[in-house]
Amino acid sequence: MKINLILKIWRQSGPNGKGGFKTYASGPISTDISFLEMLDILNDRLTKEGEEPVAFDHDCREGICGTCGAVVNGVPHGPREKTTLCQLHMRHFKDGDTLVIEPFRARAFKLEKDLVVDRSAFDKIIREGGYVSINTGSAPEANTIPVPQNSAEQAMNAAECIGCGACVAACPNAAAMLFVGAKISQLALLPQGRPERSQRALAMVKKMDDLGFGNCSNERECEAACPKGISIRNIARMNREFLRATFFSEEE
Amino acid sequence: MKLDAKIPVGPLAEKWDSHRFASKLVNPANKRKYEIIVVGSGLAGASTSATLAELGYNVKNFCLQDTPRRGHSIAAQGGINAAKNYQNDGDSVFRLFYDTIKGGDFRAREANVYRLAQISNNIIDQAVAQGVPFARDYGGQLANRSFGGAQVSRTFYARGQTGQQLLLGAYGALMRQVKQGKVEVFARREMLELVTIDGEAKGIITRNMLTGELERHAAHAVVLATGGYGNVYFLSTNAMSSNVSAAWRAYKKGAGFANPSFVQIHPTCIPVHGEHQSKLTLMSESLRNDGRVWVPSKPGDKRPPAEIPEAERDYYLEKKYPAFGNLVPRDVASRNAKEQCDLGKGVTDTGLAVYLDFAEAIERNGAETIRRKYGNLFDMYERITASDPMREPMTIYPAVHYTMGGLWVDYNLMTTVPGLYALGEANFSDHGANRLGASALMQGLADGYFILPATIGNYLTGISSEIVAPKREEFDQAEQAAADRTEKLLNIKGQRTVDDFHRQLGQIMWDHCGMARNREGLLKALKLIPALRDEFWQNVLVPGSGQDLNQSLERAGRVADFMEFAELIVEDALAREESCGCHLREESQTEEHEALRDDEHFSHVSVWEYRENQRPKINQEHLSFENVEPSRRSYK
Repeated sequence: MKINLILKIWRQSGPNGKGGFKTYASGPISTDISFLEMLDILNDRLTKEGEEPVAFDHDCREGICGTCGAVVNGVPHGPREKTTLCQLHMRHFKDGDTLVIEPFRARAFKLEKDLVVDRSAFDKIIREGGYVSINTGSAPEANTIPVPQNSAEQAMNAAECIGCGACVAACPNAAAMLFVGAKISQLALLPQGRPERSQRALAMVKKMDDLGFGNCSNERECEAACPKGISIRNIARMNREFLRATFFSEEE
Repeated sequence: MKLDAKIPVGPLAEKWDSHRFASKLVNPANKRKYEIIVVGSGLAGASTSATLAELGYNVKNFCLQDTPRRGHSIAAQGGINAAKNYQNDGDSVFRLFYDTIKGGDFRAREANVYRLAQISNNIIDQAVAQGVPFARDYGGQLANRSFGGAQVSRTFYARGQTGQQLLLGAYGALMRQVKQGKVEVFARREMLELVTIDGEAKGIITRNMLTGELERHAAHAVVLATGGYGNVYFLSTNAMSSNVSAAWRAYKKGAGFANPSFVQIHPTCIPVHGEHQSKLTLMSESLRNDGRVWVPSKPGDKRPPAEIPEAERDYYLEKKYPAFGNLVPRDVASRNAKEQCDLGKGVTDTGLAVYLDFAEAIERNGAETIRRKYGNLFDMYERITASDPMREPMTIYPAVHYTMGGLWVDYNLMTTVPGLYALGEANFSDHGANRLGASALMQGLADGYFILPATIGNYLTGISSEIVAPKREEFDQAEQAAADRTEKLLNIKGQRTVDDFHRQLGQIMWDHCGMARNREGLLKALKLIPALRDEFWQNVLVPGSGQDLNQSLERAGRVADFMEFAELIVEDALAREESCGCHLREESQTEEHEALRDDEHFSHVSVWEYRENQRPKINQEHLSFENVEPSRRSYK
C-alpha cells in the first residue's frame, strides 16, 4: 500500500545557523518501509533537485545502537511505544497525515545540523563512574560470585538502555535521570558494582547537574518515550543510591 | 611481500604461553612515552584502547559515530562462546578449538584458533567482573545455551543483546581511562589516510565529520579495529556506516589483504521487501534451536502456511542432515535455503524466503517459555513485518553478515606494514572460510583485551620512543591525497546519487559473487565493476560542501573505496578454485551438491598485494595442520 504524507522538517545549517521548519510532500511511499527509509527517499529526491539532503543520525537500523532519533509530532522516536525511529514503519501512519519532525532538544544537547544533535554529555556522565574499576586480567573466575537470578534480570532490565537521549528530549525539564538511573541501577544491583556504589552515585549525579540537565518532577514522559522500556523505578533506585551515599560516604 | 606468520614453536597448547614469555616488555616507566592510535571503538577497538591505557600507554581512540558506545558490535544478538564447560557436557579448550577450525573448513591457522579458545575463558571472567549482566540460572550461576552448530552448551548470553552488553562493558572500561587521562576519544572522525614513514605506520589523517577539517595524528603504532566490509553488497546486516575504507587505505600503503572473498551469508535474516530497503535485519540464529525450517514440498505452492498440511511440508534441513538438523552451520543453512528457492519452493510474494516455524516448540514447551526465550526477537520481527511468529511461521532468507577475510596479520596481529595492527573483524585471522556463531564477540575481545596488549611490545621495543613530527612531508602528502579525493567527489556534480551507485554495485556482487560462485559469473563481474566505477567517477552527484557535516560526502568516499575493493573480492573468489566454508565454487561440488574442498591445491591463505596500475599480486601463506586432521565437513 502507498500513502502520501506532509513532512514538516526542522532545517538548520549548523550550530549557529537559524533554524526553521520546511515543508515537503513525501510523495507516494510504501507502508512497508521504515521511517528512515522514508527520509532516504526524500533525501534522494532533494539531492537530485539540488537541495541539501536532511542530515539525520542513524547507524544500525536495528534499534540497538542508539544513534537515531528525532521527535515526531511531539514524541521522541514517534508514536509507537518501545520502538526506535529506525524500527518505526510507515504502516503506522495514515494517508494525508502531517508529520512534524524535529531534533531531540535539550540545553545539554547542542544542535549540530538539521536533526543531528551532540549527545556527548552522556559520555561525560559515564566517565564519572558508569563502570566497575577493574583492569584487564585481574578478574576472578566468573562463577566465583553467584548473582541471584532476579538481581541479574533487574540489572539487565536497566542495562538495556541504548543511550539515545529520547528520555531527555521527552522530559519537560530535559532531565537525564532515566539514563543515569539505569546505569547506576545496573551496577548497584550486581555484587561487582557494589564497592564503588557511593562514589559512583555522587559523581554521576553531580556531573549530570553540572552539564545542565534538569531535575525529575515525576512526569514519567521519559519512561513513555524510552524505546527500551526502561522503568522509572531506576530513577527511584538512583535517588536511594544517592541518598545512601550522601549519608554514608566518607567524602564531603 | 614477505609473509612470516611468526607462529611460536612448541606444542600447540604451550605456544601462547611461550610466546608471551618470549615477547619483549616495555618498561613500565617507558610506556607513557608511547602514543598508540586505535581506529574504531567496537569490541576490539574499545577493549584494546582501555587495556593499553591501563598498561600505561597513551591512546588516541577514533570513531566515526557520535560516541564510542555505538560500534556495530553492539548489534550482535546471540552470544559469546567460551570453553568453561560449566554444563559438564564434554567441552574443553581443545573442543572449542576443534569446532572453530572445523567450522572454518580448515582455512585458519591452528595456533591462532587454539589461542582464541584458551583466551575465551578469560573474556567471560573479565566481562562478569565489569558488571555485564549475563543470563543466570536459578542458583545464580552463569547460564549457557547451545548455538549455531555446536553440540555443547558453551554460549554465554545477555538476552538477545549480548553484543550490546559486552560493548558497553568495554566502553565503560574505555571511559574509565578517559577519566584517568590515558585515552583521548575523537568521535565523529573518519580515517581517510594511513601515514607511513619508511614503510612503517606512523600516523593517520582524519576528517572531522562536523567541520570537514582534515587532522593529522602521529603515533608510534596504529591499530585498525574498523570492522568488516559486508556493506560492499549494499544490503547486509551491517550498520549503515560500516565500511572498508580504513583497511583499504592500509592495503594501498602495503598491507596484505587476506581472503577477501570469504564473506559469510547468514541464514536467518528478514527477507528483502522492496526496492527502497536500506539494510537487512538479522534474526539471531539462536532461533534455530527451537524453530524448524521448512518450505512447501511442491514448487509454486502459494497457500498460506497454516493451510499446508504436515505431509506437504519439506523440512529439508532435518531430512538432509539428521545429526545436526536445523542447527547446521551458517553456510550450509544459507546454501540450502537458496537451493530450495532456486527450485521454486521459496515462499512469500518474492519467492525468496523460507519458513522458520515455532509451532512445535510452542506445543512442546509452552507459549510462555518460547516467548521468554525469544520475546525481544519476535517483537523486532513483528515491528518490521507486522506478523507475529507466535501465530505464524517467520519468513527468513540469507543475507550478507560477516566478513572472515580482512587484513593479513601475523601471530602478533601485525599486518605486513610494520607498526600497523588489525583487530577483530578487520583482520582475517581466526575464522577461516566460515565463522561459527558466537565467535565474533569472542575474537574481538580476545584480540583487544588480551592479545595485542601482550604482543605490541615486540614492535615498540624495537623503535625509537621519539615520536615523529606531524609536520613531515609524508603527512603533507597523505593529507593532500585525502583533500584531493574529497574535492574530486564534490566537483563531479553528475546525475546519479551515491546510494544509486552503491545499490547497483551490491547487486553485481550479490548476483555474481554471492552464495554460489562460478568462473563465468566472476569474469562477468570483473567487467561490470570497473565499468560502474568509471561511471561513478564521472556521474556521481554529491551535494553540499566539504566544510561541514555532509553525510552524502561521507558515503561517497566509502562507496568509492567499495568500487575498488569489490574487484579484489572477485579476483580472490576467482583464484580460489575450490569450495570451502562460505565460498562455494559451482565447479567444485560433490555429486550431492555439497561443497568440495581441495586441500592439495588450496590449503592456504590468499594474501593480495597492491600494485599501482597493475592487477594485484596474489601471495600465499600455506596452512599446515599438525594437531587436527582436515576432514571433510559432514553434518549428516
